[in-house]
Amino acid sequence: MLTFPLWKRLAVIAICLVGLVIALPNAFYSRVERANDAREAMARGAPETPELAAAAASWPGFLPSGLVNLGLDLRGGAHVLVEVRLADAQADRLEGLWPEVRDRLRDLRAEVGTVRRVDGAPTELRIRIGDPAGMAAALAAVEEVSQPVFSITGAPSRDFLARADGADTLVVTLSGPEIVAMNDRTMQQSLEIIRRRVDETGTREPTIQRQGADRILIQVPGIGSAEELLAIIGQTARLSFHPVVSRTSDPEVRPGLDEVVHPSIDEPGTFYVLERRPVVTGEQLVDSQPSFDQNGQPAVNFRFNPQGGAAFGSYTAENVGSPFAIVLDGEVISAPVIQSHIPGGTGIITGNFTPEESTRLAILLRAGALPAEITVLEQRTIGPELGQDSIEAGRLSGIVAMVLVCGYMILTYGWFGMVANIALTINLVFIIALMTAIGATLTMPGIAGIVLTIGVAVDANVLIYERIREELKTAKGPARAIQGGFDKAFSSILDANLTTLIVAVVLYLMGSGPVRGFAVTLALGILISFFTAVYVSRMIIAAWFDRRRPKTISV
Amino acid sequence: MGFRLLPDRLNIDFFRWMNLWLGISIAGVVASIALYLTLGLNYGVDFRGGTLIMAATPQVEEVGEFRDILSGLDLGEVQVTEVSDTTGSDRHLVLMRLDTSGAGQADAISGVRTALTEAFPGIEFLQVDSVGAKVSGELVRSGFLAVALSFAAIMVYVWLRFEWQFALGAVISLIHDAIVTIGVLSLLQIEFNLTIVAAILSVIGFSINDTVVVFDRVRENLRKYKKMPLRDVMNLSMNETLSRTMITVFTTLLALVAIYFFGGDVVSGFAFAVIWGVVCGTYSSIYVATATVLWLGVKRDWSRADAAATDGRLGKTGA
Repeated sequence: MLTFPLWKRLAVIAICLVGLVIALPNAFYSRVERANDAREAMARGAPETPELAAAAASWPGFLPSGLVNLGLDLRGGAHVLVEVRLADAQADRLEGLWPEVRDRLRDLRAEVGTVRRVDGAPTELRIRIGDPAGMAAALAAVEEVSQPVFSITGAPSRDFLARADGADTLVVTLSGPEIVAMNDRTMQQSLEIIRRRVDETGTREPTIQRQGADRILIQVPGIGSAEELLAIIGQTARLSFHPVVSRTSDPEVRPGLDEVVHPSIDEPGTFYVLERRPVVTGEQLVDSQPSFDQNGQPAVNFRFNPQGGAAFGSYTAENVGSPFAIVLDGEVISAPVIQSHIPGGTGIITGNFTPEESTRLAILLRAGALPAEITVLEQRTIGPELGQDSIEAGRLSGIVAMVLVCGYMILTYGWFGMVANIALTINLVFIIALMTAIGATLTMPGIAGIVLTIGVAVDANVLIYERIREELKTAKGPARAIQGGFDKAFSSILDANLTTLIVAVVLYLMGSGPVRGFAVTLALGILISFFTAVYVSRMIIAAWFDRRRPKTISV
Repeated sequence: MGFRLLPDRLNIDFFRWMNLWLGISIAGVVASIALYLTLGLNYGVDFRGGTLIMAATPQVEEVGEFRDILSGLDLGEVQVTEVSDTTGSDRHLVLMRLDTSGAGQADAISGVRTALTEAFPGIEFLQVDSVGAKVSGELVRSGFLAVALSFAAIMVYVWLRFEWQFALGAVISLIHDAIVTIGVLSLLQIEFNLTIVAAILSVIGFSINDTVVVFDRVRENLRKYKKMPLRDVMNLSMNETLSRTMITVFTTLLALVAIYFFGGDVVSGFAFAVIWGVVCGTYSSIYVATATVLWLGVKRDWSRADAAATDGRLGKTGA
C-alpha cells in the first residue's frame, strides 16, 4: 500500500543526508580549495605560517572536503595531444646495434671478408659482406649477439633477427615481440619523462594519460598557453658530448665512417663533424641547475654520475687542447676547447642563452630526454577569464531554468508540483555529490547536461502524475489512484530512461573531453531520477496522505 | 486543478491528415539532404583541422586590421569575424580561423600571439584551439560511429522490449530527426563541432524517450482492448499520453531556452540544436514512429503466452 515501513523511510532520509553532506563543500568552492591547499602544503612539510593555518582552519576538518574537478574549459589552462614517434625509437635501437654487430663480424673477417654497412630503410640494418661463402657463419654470428625476449604468446623469440638478402647482403630487423615490448617501454618512459617535466613547473593537478597505442594527452590547468607547455614537453632534450673531428661551413660535407655532422645553433652556416659515439650522454647526468658563467652569462651547471664523471675526467685529461662539442637534439650548443683535465664529474654548459632558456634547459636535463621525438596533434588553450565566464553563464542558466521549471510545475500540479520540485532539487544535489565521490570532471557541456536534466528529470514525476489523473477519472478513491499512478507509470519511466541512458553511455564511450562531461551529467541525472522521482516523491506523498487523509485530491 | 496546456479530454485523430504529414516529413528529409549536399556544414576546427583563436581587445578594433596582420604572417587562408559578447563585460571579441595544421603549428601560434600583442596592446587570448588533420579525421569518424552505435543499441533495446515493428518505427523516426537537424544546421550555417554531435545525440535520446512512452501506452492498450482496430488503439494511446508529452517538452524547452540565452557562446549552438531537435523529436514520435508501426501492422495476441514471456524476461511491467 501507500505506507512505507519506518526503516525504508529512515534509509531514504539517510541517503539524502549523505548526498547533501558530500555535495556541501562545492557550495563553498574557493574557501574549501584554499583550505585543502593549505593542509596539503603543511602535510608536505611547509612551515606553519599564520596565513596557512588560517586558510586551513577556514573549513572545519570534520566536514568532507572533496570537490568536483573543474574541467580545463572552466578553469583555464592548456590541453595538448601528442604522438610519440615510436618508429624513431626503433630506428635508434637498430642504430645502436650496429657497432656490436660490426665488431662481431670483423672478428670473422677470415670467413666473411670485408664488412660494410649499406643504406637501407630505417627499419632495417643492411650489411654487405665481402665473401658470400661466409653468409651462414655471418648469420650465426649475428644471431649470437641477439638476446631472447619473452612474448605474451609464450613463443620464444630473439630481440632481433638476421636474414640473407641476395648473395652478399645481410638484413637485420627487430623481431615482432621486441617491437611490441619496445613500444610499450618507449611509451612508459615518455609518460614518465613528461610527468617529471610538468611536475618541475609546479602546476597543480596536471593530467598526463596514455591514449591508444602511441599518444599522450597532457592537460595542465592554470598554465598560460599550450605553447608554453609545449616548450617544456615538446623538446626531446637529448644531450651528448662528442669529440670534434673538424669544423666546416660546407653543408654538403660527407662524414667519414662513424662520424656525424651537426649544425651549430648560434653560428648559422657552421657545421661540426663529430665522432658518432659520444663520450658521455645526458643519461649520465644526475643534476643540472641554471647558473651563470664567469662572464655573468646565463649557463647551465651539471653533475655526472660516477661512471659518467670517470669517463668525462679521463677523456678531458687525455685531450687537453682539443675542442669538444656539446650536442642537444642534433645541434651543437657550443664546442669549447678543453683547457685542462676536469675531474669530479661537474661541468658547465655555456651558449647564447637567455636566463629563461638556461632555466628551461636545466629542467629538461634534470628530467631526462624523451626516448623518441613527439609530434603535436592537437593543442588547445583556454584563458582563465573564459573559464570564469563559462561558470557564471552556467550558474545563471541553471538558476533561470530551475525557477522556470519549478514555477511551471507548481502552476500545473500545485502541491504535487512542489513534491516534484523537492525531488528535482535532491536530484541536482546528488549529481554534484556523485561527481565529487567518483572524481568526475565538470565541463561546460557538463553544466549544460545538468541544466537539461532540470528539464528532463521532472519527466518521471510528470508521467506519474498524469497517470494518477487518469486513475482518478475511474473514481477509485485517492489512495488507490496514487498507488495505481506510481505502479503503472513505472514501466514507461523504465523504458524511457533506459533508452536515454543508452545514448548517454554511447556518448561517453565515443566522445572525448568536454563531450564526455555532458554524458556523465546526463547519465547521472537519469539514474538519480529513478530514485528521486520513484522513491523520494512517493515517500513524501505517502507521508502527506497518511497525515491528511484527504477525501479528494487534485493533481 | 492547476494550469493545463491542453483540455482534459482529448480526442484528436492523429492519422486524419496522415498523407499530408508524411509528405511534409519526406520533403523535410529531402530538403535537408539537398542542403547538406549543396551548402554543406560549417565545420569547426574539431572536424576540419586548423586553428581557432578567440581574442578580446579593450577597444573596438577593425576586423580588417586583424586580417592584414594575419595575412602578413603567411599562414594560408585566414578568416576573421567579430563576435557579440553576451556576458556584458567591457571587451570586444574577435574570432580568427587559420588553416595551419601539422608541423610548425606551435610556432605559427606563437607568431600570431606576438604580432597581435604588438599591434593591439591589452589584447587577451581567451581561447586557442588547434587540431591536426589526423585527429580531426578521427573525430569525424568517431562522431558518425557514435550516432550509428546509438541507433543500433536503441533498435535492439526496443526490439527486445516491444516488437520488431516498433524498433523499426523508432529508428526511422530517429534517422528523420538526425537528418532534419543536420539540415537546419546546414541552412543556418551553425558551426558544426564536437558539442553539436553531443547535441544530436541528446536529441536522439529525447526523441526516443518520447517515442517509447507512446509505444508503452500502445502496448498496454493493445492488451486492454483486444478488438479495437490498431488505428484507434494508437489514436487513443497518443491522446492519453499527449498531455504528459506536452508538459515534458515544455519543461525541457524552458531549461533549453535558459541555456540558449544565458549559457554563453560555447553552448548556445548546442542549445539551439537541441531546441530544434526536441520539437522535431516530438513531432516524429507521433507522425513518423507511430505511423510506421501502423503501416507495418502488429501482431495482436500478445496478451497471452507472449506477454507472459515478455514479463518474465524483463521483470515487472506495471499493471
